[in-house]
Amino acid sequence: MSKTSNNHYDVIVIGGGHNGLVNAAYLGKAGKKVLVLEQRHTVGGATVTEEVYPGFKFLIASYLISLLRPEVIQELELARHGLEIMPLESTFVPLANGNYLADWPDHEATRHEIERHSKRDAEAYDEYARVMKRLAIALRPLLDMIPPDPTSVTAKDLETMARVRGVLNNMTRDDFHLLSRLMTMSAADFLDEWFEGTALKGTKCTSGIIGTFMGPRSPGTGYVLLHHYIGELDGTFRAWGFARGGTGALSQAIASAAREAGVEIKTNSPVAHVNVKNGEATGVTLENGDEYTAGIVVSNADAKRTFLKLIEPKHLPDDFVSDVNRFRIASPACKVNLALDGLPEFTSMPKGKEALLRGSIEIAPSIDYVEQAYDDAKYGGWSRKPFMDALIPSLLDPGMAPPGKHVMSLFVQYASSDLEGGWNEEKKAQFLDIVIDTLAEHAPNLKKILIHKHIMTPWDLERMIGLTSGHIFHGELALQQLFFLRPSPQWSNYRTPIKNMYMCGSSTHPGGCITGAPGRNAALAILEDRP
Amino acid sequence: MLKTTPLHSRTSALMQANQWRRWAGYCVASSYEMTHDREYYAIRNACVLLDVSPLCKYSIKGADALKFLNRLVTRDVSKISVGGMLYTPWCDSRGKILDDGTIAQLGENEYRLTSAEPNMRWLQDNAVGMQVEIFDVSDKIASMSLQGPRSRELLMTLCNAPLGGVKYYEFVNTKIAGVDVMISRTGYTGDLGFELWVDAAKAEKVWDAVVEAGKAFALQPAGIWALDVARIEAGLIMLDIDYTPANKAMTDGQTSTPIELGLNWAISWKKGNFVGRKALLAEKENGSTIQFVGLEIDHKEFERQHHELGLTVPYPFMAWRAVIPLYVDGSQVGYATSGVWSPTLKKYLAFGHVQPKYAQPGSVVTIDLTVDRYRRPFNAKVTKLPFFNPPRKKDILGEK
Repeated sequence: MSKTSNNHYDVIVIGGGHNGLVNAAYLGKAGKKVLVLEQRHTVGGATVTEEVYPGFKFLIASYLISLLRPEVIQELELARHGLEIMPLESTFVPLANGNYLADWPDHEATRHEIERHSKRDAEAYDEYARVMKRLAIALRPLLDMIPPDPTSVTAKDLETMARVRGVLNNMTRDDFHLLSRLMTMSAADFLDEWFEGTALKGTKCTSGIIGTFMGPRSPGTGYVLLHHYIGELDGTFRAWGFARGGTGALSQAIASAAREAGVEIKTNSPVAHVNVKNGEATGVTLENGDEYTAGIVVSNADAKRTFLKLIEPKHLPDDFVSDVNRFRIASPACKVNLALDGLPEFTSMPKGKEALLRGSIEIAPSIDYVEQAYDDAKYGGWSRKPFMDALIPSLLDPGMAPPGKHVMSLFVQYASSDLEGGWNEEKKAQFLDIVIDTLAEHAPNLKKILIHKHIMTPWDLERMIGLTSGHIFHGELALQQLFFLRPSPQWSNYRTPIKNMYMCGSSTHPGGCITGAPGRNAALAILEDRP
Repeated sequence: MLKTTPLHSRTSALMQANQWRRWAGYCVASSYEMTHDREYYAIRNACVLLDVSPLCKYSIKGADALKFLNRLVTRDVSKISVGGMLYTPWCDSRGKILDDGTIAQLGENEYRLTSAEPNMRWLQDNAVGMQVEIFDVSDKIASMSLQGPRSRELLMTLCNAPLGGVKYYEFVNTKIAGVDVMISRTGYTGDLGFELWVDAAKAEKVWDAVVEAGKAFALQPAGIWALDVARIEAGLIMLDIDYTPANKAMTDGQTSTPIELGLNWAISWKKGNFVGRKALLAEKENGSTIQFVGLEIDHKEFERQHHELGLTVPYPFMAWRAVIPLYVDGSQVGYATSGVWSPTLKKYLAFGHVQPKYAQPGSVVTIDLTVDRYRRPFNAKVTKLPFFNPPRKKDILGEK
């Protein structure tokens, strides 16, 4: 294709993941001529719904929404563009002894349920929930902030540091001390300080390890726990919701908002490399050789993919390349989807309480169970008894499966992205069997109603969606790579060592989950530089 | 004693949270589950079944049935034929609204009127000198409302009626589980939905069949709390809440007219005389003193003020029903009567009644809301009604 003015844009966004689309929509609304280039046949990246098996819609990667910024929903008018989010109201944790632990949509009912296991915990739970809520409210403004450089004395950085200081000032001394400790300790240690019940601690610790290659006893998982508490749905913190039509429907809603703002989206357009001239990004070249030029190039891809694959290292400073090289991104997360000819019957589910099937179902009976699952995987293996966070979307949105049939979505940990000997189809099948066997221990009719099974391992998430190591957060949410350290100390404000080149993916602050925050914050940074 | 509906054996078996309420002297569910959230979301995403049997129902028959109804209500009943229905208010001679409901034409000279309140005396008084028989059939007919995007598919698995082609405000007669059922494309949710009208003695059988078939469509029993959210999104007024019926009002100031309530479209000026016509015509010519409007309250600011205080935001998930003043520049220009957070639209919606000069979409009034024990003013923008109006509400199958 020849270089015509038709191929020139104000902004090119590499990757149509949810953050890329959010970024494009904001820039489009600001009047920029924006092109989004997506390698796959559909936008969404890891935020997609796919009919892998006829009639059944699978959540092949992300599955729930909580941290999506209310600002993004409001400012892009996503409700008008078709986004509907239904809250998940309960959690069901089957236990090995035939007992169970449940979290109900009613506060008192949950208290009574915890009382069944420990009276002391039932009272501590109230206090715990209140403290976590206070921390979430206090930290909330940080999510929407472009991280400052604490070593800089520019007016801008000083002003942002003052805002950070303001956030901390809003906390009581006790809360601040608690926060400092929570940030640096393990989820297990933190929960031990509050609770005695094995099952309660088991289910609570999972917020600290979802998506990370750490166990509940690894320091740093305290922060991840808090990260998952900052999410809110219609003002309710720690609430998770299911988008009607699956998370793919969210991507479609953002894409619709972007298109309305004049953004052009091209699918089946994998980018081969970013074109750099004299230290400035000038555009991109697709794998098919097509070239597009732009005043600004934004990458929605993770830091490793962006700076180690899409850009030649010669254009980058050595210290930055080594920062990116050591960015921790090994991942343990798999996604399993099952097409079912009926509902799983959990032996521990009491009669008359089947409504619990419509919430989260967690296979996490104790901290030990989850820690053991991690231990099995940390030397390049997988859990013999994996942790699972399951959901039956077709009970909330019957459109996910044919009438009377169901879809079950399972988030599964741990299976190492660095599997010994490497991943292949045979190993995928083996691990999928382990997942099904483990779940069938709790729901023995599972194999009888199983119509189709499908797994996305870290290997698949990397080769299909382009996540390095299949990391769902584009890199670990570890203290050494958060806020002004994410993805690299000098380049945490969505800008990069290459002029006119920006990042808008989850490798930047505030990290992973469907938040839209990196996309939005990056757009604000770009508009600061190029109003 | 509170009466129970013909479906009470079924609704009470489903009740988990012991949350009952009164409706016209009957006991019905506020919500079956501990919160009404899932019941609401099912209205918009799957389907729900509501027991609406407490509606008052009147059978109106005779050579003068049409003449009688056209004299009684504001709309032109001659516009429907057998199989058709319409929504209409009716008024006293001062043009003040008494009630609102639906009229279905069941046969030649045979109609059924539904209302929120008992109307027998008013109907009889207006039938003087006419060949018309009026029967109160409220207790003889049970009604259940099946609402939501999957409701049609569900019903199509239960009966042979050509529901795909039944238009909004049409009905068909069919059988479900061997029982005669009238199915109308009506409801109080502003969504795709139907109401099933059935002999009270056989209602349980139909309910059971719908619930059984509903398993494949994520059917959820729902109560009035969920319905209340949906009806506000749909811009539908409620008697006693958004207006006081003229026969209950203690003063003129408490009454409303259909024009004030935005029901101009439901007044037929051409059909000849009807009760209240003269007064309404005068109002049409001289203008109204107050106008019903939709409002969008500035929730972002409401949220910001809570966060500033270190508080979570108390979203009004349950519809409030209260009279709250509306101001412009410190002077009261009207009042709001219902409000709720719309989980679907992500907006804080309310119904207001304001002076006509503030009734244009885009006008801004203020409303006082409580933030941590103190009342503070928030902007409320006048918005076109209905707030939520999906194409599926009126679509027919085979048409997109």
